[in-house]
Amino acid sequence: MSKVALLARLELTDAELDTYTDQLAAIIDHAADVAALDLADVPPTAHPLPIENVLRPDVVTPSVDRDEVLSQAPSVEDRRFRVPAILGEEP
Amino acid sequence: MSESVIPTTAVEISRAVRAGELSAREVLEVHLSVIDGREGEINAFNLVLADEARIAADAVDRRVADGGDPGLLAGVPLAVKDNLCTRGIPTTCSSRILEGWRPPYDATVVSRVSAAGAISVGKTNLDEFAMGSSTENSAFGPTRNPRDISRVPGGSSGGSAAAVAAGFAPISLGSDTGGSIRQPAALCGVVGVKPTYGLVSRYGLIAFASSLDQVGPFSTTVADSALLLEAIAGHDPLDSTSIPDADTGAARSLLSVLHDGVAGLRVGLVTELMGEGIAPDVAARVRQAAEALAAAGAEVGEVSIPALSYGLSAYYLIAPAEASSNLARYDGVRYGMRVDADTTAQMNTATRTAGFGAEVKRRIMLGTYALSAGYYDAYYGKALKVRTLICRDFAAAYQNFDVLLTPTSPTTAFRFGEKTADPLSMYLNDICTIPTNLAGHPAMSLPFGAGADGMPVGVQLMAPALGEATMFRAAAVLEAAAPDLSEALQ
Repeated sequence: MSKVALLARLELTDAELDTYTDQLAAIIDHAADVAALDLADVPPTAHPLPIENVLRPDVVTPSVDRDEVLSQAPSVEDRRFRVPAILGEEP
Repeated sequence: MSESVIPTTAVEISRAVRAGELSAREVLEVHLSVIDGREGEINAFNLVLADEARIAADAVDRRVADGGDPGLLAGVPLAVKDNLCTRGIPTTCSSRILEGWRPPYDATVVSRVSAAGAISVGKTNLDEFAMGSSTENSAFGPTRNPRDISRVPGGSSGGSAAAVAAGFAPISLGSDTGGSIRQPAALCGVVGVKPTYGLVSRYGLIAFASSLDQVGPFSTTVADSALLLEAIAGHDPLDSTSIPDADTGAARSLLSVLHDGVAGLRVGLVTELMGEGIAPDVAARVRQAAEALAAAGAEVGEVSIPALSYGLSAYYLIAPAEASSNLARYDGVRYGMRVDADTTAQMNTATRTAGFGAEVKRRIMLGTYALSAGYYDAYYGKALKVRTLICRDFAAAYQNFDVLLTPTSPTTAFRFGEKTADPLSMYLNDICTIPTNLAGHPAMSLPFGAGADGMPVGVQLMAPALGEATMFRAAAVLEAAAPDLSEALQ
């Protein structure tokens, strides 16, 4: 569970890890009926409808206002999103 | 100006406003006073937009006075689930992580109802990021069921259902990923519709599980849901999964079929959703609904859809998997909360840890696990194949039946705290509603009397993709035959 929390970028307390471990085990147990099925010949359905890639004419159209977007950011510099250091750190 | 002179349905209000018999402003003021009187105990709203609504209502009245077309929802107060983006107006998903965020654009459905003359009175409470079946997962406190405030209103669109049930607005918008419109509609005793996937634009609906999410209406009458669905349905170039208008004509023409009746319509009672796990009083009401359809000339039979028994398991792998991916965007960089830290990775983690509530974290963990190396094939991959089985079994059932009839929820509204300690028991609420989301089909819940405890029972109608017109025909017949909501099952 600690590995999963790391992948999900969540920091869980020991108590939370215990609770989630039990609860997720119950849910995964319930899903055992699905895991047990032999579905080798069944294709997966990722999406309920047959959809195709959608293209539009290659013409410039107005987009969401940049200043309005940046006005909602926690930190901005030079009309860009500002974040703490990203180099030389653990993944 | 008294409440009694104001009609209670959107169809009547818009007709009267368009005819100049009523002003949008007087309709609005009556609804705002109802909100003032009872919102304190119900908590349906995260935000009431009284000032903005007055400006919008006055604009509708000016359009009527000028002889212009004020739209098909002219002057109708409407509540909007707080996971639909509203430009410049806070949109929170009932999560701390988005508290205070003002979207830079409107969801397409919000633009459409506004263009049709509806008056948005507020943003409604929900389970955080639409994850839940009781609205108990909101960061801003639960919504209470207007028919008994010791009970939950259902979820995740509990605020939108309660707003309509309490008379705060005749219609509202919700979203449905696994039953989040239909289940609260059932528990609050109102009508709720999940349209065919792709019939209504998802642009500006904050994503939970993108292959399952769909926006839809709440109302007190079947005709009002038909009216609101007609207003929001239709192709949107901003949503790549939106179905072209040429393919959806019949599904967008609903008011015109409400009096067509059900003579000869083949109605299937789904065996798998009438037995174990379904409360006896709920099952009895569904059987009574089947009899009402038969009495109106429908051919009613039983149908088995075996793969439905895997629906819950498949859903609780697929939806969290999609959610864990969709919610990766809440990283403290571009909007919403940021918890400062030395590095960006630490900031991401600190922000998400502080910003998300327990249920959202649980689903992100579950989804991340289901997608992780070594488990992907066993869980997520298998679930996608089960989705195929469900689609196939539905297709087989629709060879012999035009619509299917089931309970909406296994029980009537439960009490606060009853299911919060055991997530699986909460998830079992969705057992009747999940299959249609997996298949992308339309379904709706409408009230059909009360259960043994006097709380409303919802019956669910399901139809194949773009079968909305047939579904609404059956719904109109059931509505006319429905026992009074105050009538407890003896």
